Amino acid sequence: MTVHRPTSLADAFAALGEAPDALVLAGGTDVMVGVNEGHRRLADVVVLGGVPELRRAGVERIDGREVLVIGAGVTYTGLAAPEIAARAPALAVAARTVGSPQIRNAGTIGGNLGTASPAGDTLPVLHALDAQVALAGPAGARILPVREFVTGPKRTALTPGELVTAVHVPVVRGPQDYLKVGVRNAMVIAVASVAFVVDLDRHEVAVGLGAVGPGPLGAPEACRWLARQLHWDDEGVRLADPGDAARFGTLVTEAARPIDDHRGRADYRRHAVGVLATRAVKRAVRGGMS
Amino acid sequence: MSEQYVLRVNGEPREVQDAWIGESLLYVLRERLGLPGAKGGCEQGECGSCSVLVDGALVCACLVLAASVVDAEVVTLEGLQPGERGALSIVQQAFVEEGAVQCGFCTPGLVMAVEDLLARDLDRDAAPGDLTVREAVSGNLCRCTGYGRVLAAIERAVSSAATQVAVRDGA
Repeated sequence: MTVHRPTSLADAFAALGEAPDALVLAGGTDVMVGVNEGHRRLADVVVLGGVPELRRAGVERIDGREVLVIGAGVTYTGLAAPEIAARAPALAVAARTVGSPQIRNAGTIGGNLGTASPAGDTLPVLHALDAQVALAGPAGARILPVREFVTGPKRTALTPGELVTAVHVPVVRGPQDYLKVGVRNAMVIAVASVAFVVDLDRHEVAVGLGAVGPGPLGAPEACRWLARQLHWDDEGVRLADPGDAARFGTLVTEAARPIDDHRGRADYRRHAVGVLATRAVKRAVRGGMS
Repeated sequence: MSEQYVLRVNGEPREVQDAWIGESLLYVLRERLGLPGAKGGCEQGECGSCSVLVDGALVCACLVLAASVVDAEVVTLEGLQPGERGALSIVQQAFVEEGAVQCGFCTPGLVMAVEDLLARDLDRDAAPGDLTVREAVSGNLCRCTGYGRVLAAIERAVSSAATQVAVRDGA
């Protein structure tokens, strides 16, 4: 039982090679709650905080598309920084809704993915943007769509000894938003959330629904319907019939698969994602804020 | 199994011996290193009363695995004290003058959060706006004051710090 503190990615894999069942510690904001409450016993721990490769973020061209490559160790505070906010505004907004400044300074996007809580705030955004998760481990590196990476509540496609190294987030031109309902306005875990992305180049709409299913969910039928109702031009989108925002909300509720738990009832969550989806459309379309 | 490591706290190397692997930074600071400034409130990152700086970032010490920050600079409330024992920082002085302390349990965390706000904002021309201030202390719960006097103390601290910078720069 020991705490490994690798200072490079290579060292991290060496440590995981020695102890493949070690707990991988990123920001610690979930893990330490369990440790403090005595619910989680620690054996071997691999601490990722000292691995500089994981804290980088930058823009790359991948397959002809502009892509934000965000290291797994980038914190929520880092995600809200201008360079990322300008290219993935919904991701920055989602990061800004996480916890408090103290939590945002510690928690990371890789931790959010690895923990795979149904309420994880970045997951609906990554789902809506069809982000890819870069993994590396003893069998080499691979890349998986986030839609396949999360396999269930707190379950992922990670294999023993494997790490999330980065997230590839396509840069999409158009309005984006992230809306969240919790018991109050700050420092809450989502009871329901909606990421909303308009792609002005492809004339497509996508949503990611959070806390209303085992993992983040899309609503492809609702989105295809909305894309047909929108008037598209190079600068933005408009709704011919303002009532279509609410109709979209109703269609989105049909994609939700919520459960009852201590934070909210299933029927409330279903209703809430519909309201949030309606609101997201109104905020995104020109003149929709009225 | 016991852990042995050295933390760097308030500029000093501090040896930690016979620690349990899962001890939080908060526990180690208070129970092993004799630094009770950070308070243990919720121990789940909700209340902010254990706020410290780790490599310059404001974090909840209760959610930091102590053995994970061996190579980092940790600054606690005790490390803010300028000069002799009993001297107050600008932020602490402002809390005293505005009567922003009732039971005092949240005060160390609030002081750390305001110190962090000043460290981030002092280089800008304008004082931080109301929303910036409220966001800066949004992770620090106070159940006594209703925050009115805390916000007044922050305003006073911001203006004292700005004066200090102006004097330093010869303005």
